[in-house]
Amino acid sequence: MKVTLRYPKRQVEIAGKRRVKDLLRELDVLPETVLVIRGSELLTADTVVGEDDEIELRPVISGGRA
Amino acid sequence: MKCRKCGDTAALELRRHNAAFCSPHFLEFFQKQVREAIRHHRMFPPGTPILVAVSGGKDSLALWDVLLGEGYETAGLYLDLGISEYSVESKAKCEAFAAARGQKLIVERVVDAVGAPIPEVQKVTRRPTCSACGLSKRYLINRAALDHGYRVVATGHNLDDEAATLFGSVLHWQTEALARQSPMLESTHPKLVRRVKPLYRLSERETAAYAFLRGIDYIVEECPFSRGATSLAHKEVLNRLEAVSPGAKHNFLFGFLDKARPAFERAQDVTLMECVRCGQVTTGELCAFCKLSDQVRRRSGPHA
Repeated sequence: MKVTLRYPKRQVEIAGKRRVKDLLRELDVLPETVLVIRGSELLTADTVVGEDDEIELRPVISGGRA
Repeated sequence: MKCRKCGDTAALELRRHNAAFCSPHFLEFFQKQVREAIRHHRMFPPGTPILVAVSGGKDSLALWDVLLGEGYETAGLYLDLGISEYSVESKAKCEAFAAARGQKLIVERVVDAVGAPIPEVQKVTRRPTCSACGLSKRYLINRAALDHGYRVVATGHNLDDEAATLFGSVLHWQTEALARQSPMLESTHPKLVRRVKPLYRLSERETAAYAFLRGIDYIVEECPFSRGATSLAHKEVLNRLEAVSPGAKHNFLFGFLDKARPAFERAQDVTLMECVRCGQVTTGELCAFCKLSDQVRRRSGPHA
């Protein structure tokens, strides 16, 4: 599957299917810090994503605000 | 994972509430949380015109969207910070949002008020960028609200923002900041408008999910100056805690608001005056914004 990450924007290729929570753990991403997006839907941690999926991990953390 | 309300496939899990919701029921949950924030703190009665401070990001545009959905009379206020492409893009997002909904958007430029765009303010004053920016925003938002006849300003601060601010204040025992931290800051002077944070019950992930599910086109890229900001380090600590202890951020913030804040509030007793230069409210003779502006103009010269 293709996974798009940001800061910096990049794409990684991951082989095989797995649950979203395992994917995040592998990529060392805290679940609270991203939306997991597939097309027009949001995915929960137990969703199994597969070989043909294109996933975006969109950061949700804003910073620097005083 | 199934929606708690209808059993359909869930779009979002809210571990701190031990719940998951499908898209329509999550949106309903979100709106209910905003209504509860407004009701609990008596932020504003129905019919009050509200100025919504918008940055083009997920939080402020989600807030504006909810308030419009609730039928409030609103206008947006965008502060152009002059941070190159980031400001150009974020302003375009706000303009598009306002135009699509037939809403008024007021635009103020920092360069007009302080004498230089934010990147230059940082260079000439050597203050941390977020500090000069925050000071300018607080001042200009209040001034714009007064100029345009609004008595209430709503900002998109969420649960994570508030918990991170609280964490920073506690780390340094900034008792004045602790006394001031609240989802609603009442007007304490005729020239200070009320400031409210109707998203304080909702996490950053929830506001992002709301914006995504509502199809709001917001700026995903972060301000280039926020890299390395202390508030991000505080958020990371809190999110690590949240991962092993769901509800930690919520309990930290809500426990403070319910149990600890009143004690700090009682300890504060400041006299408010009007700045001899600009007439805005301050605790000294010359306000912090005029001092900043003086420093910028002395060192950088005039800007277009």
